[in-house]
Amino acid sequence: MTLVYSFLFCGLLCLIGQIILSKTKLTPGHITSLFVVIGAFLAIFGIYDKIADCVGAGANLPIMSFGNTLTNYVYEGYLKSGVLGLFNNMLAGVSTGVVAAVVFSFIIMIFTKPKD
Amino acid sequence: MNRQEYLKVVDKLTPKENTGKDALNAFLLGGTIGFLGEGIKMILTSCYHLTVDDAISWVLIIFIFLACLLTSLGTFDNIVSKFKCGLIIPITGFAHSIMSCALDYKKDGLITGIGANFFKLAGCVLLYGTISGFIFGIIKVIINV
Repeated sequence: MTLVYSFLFCGLLCLIGQIILSKTKLTPGHITSLFVVIGAFLAIFGIYDKIADCVGAGANLPIMSFGNTLTNYVYEGYLKSGVLGLFNNMLAGVSTGVVAAVVFSFIIMIFTKPKD
Repeated sequence: MNRQEYLKVVDKLTPKENTGKDALNAFLLGGTIGFLGEGIKMILTSCYHLTVDDAISWVLIIFIFLACLLTSLGTFDNIVSKFKCGLIIPITGFAHSIMSCALDYKKDGLITGIGANFFKLAGCVLLYGTISGFIFGIIKVIINV
C-alpha cells in the first residue's frame, strides 16, 4: 500500500511544481528553492516526518525532504551539544545526497567529452 | 512599432504550453519515481536486511547516479523538456543541475570552468536550504525546549 501512497505523494508534489512553472514566470530554480524552504518550514512541527511515516520513500525523494532534514538535524544537534550543535550537525543528514551528486558528477564528467 | 504592439506580437509567437497535459506528465513521471524509490527500499529492507534509513540512503544514491549518467549521455535533457517538474522536484533534478553545469563548463578548464561553476544552479538549493533550515531549526528549538 505504501507503494501507491509513494506514487500519489511524489506525483502530487511534481504536479504542484509543474502548475506553478506553467502559470507563473518562475524558473525551475525558484521552484526548487521554494520547495526546500517549505520543507524546512514543515519540519518545525514535525508534519513532514508524519507524512514520511505513512508514505515511505516517496516522501524522501522530493527536494522538500532536503529542507526537512536540515531543520531536524539543527534541532537534534542542539539536543546533543547545545549551541555548538546548531552549527556542527546541520549538514550531516543531507551529506549522502550532496556527496553522491558531487562525486558521481565529477567522475562521470572526466570521462565525457566537453560540449561545443 | 511601439511597445504594446511588440508585446502583442511576442504573445502571439510564444508557443502555447498545454498546462493540463504538462501537469499530467509531471504527475505520472514524478509518481513513477516515488513508486520505484519505495519499491527499491522494500527490496533492500526485506532481502538485504538494511535498516530503513540505510535503505533510503541507497535509494537516493541510485537515483543520483542514474541522473548523472543519463545527463552525460544527453537523454536526460530530452526527458526534462517533455516532463519538466516530474524530474526537477525529485532529487534527480539536484544531480542533473550539478552534472549539466560540470559538462557545460568543462571546456573552460578545471578551476575557472568547473570549479567556479559547479554549484551554479544547485547553489540556490544549498543556500536557501541552509539559511531556512538554520532559522526554522532555531524556531523549533525555542518551541520545544
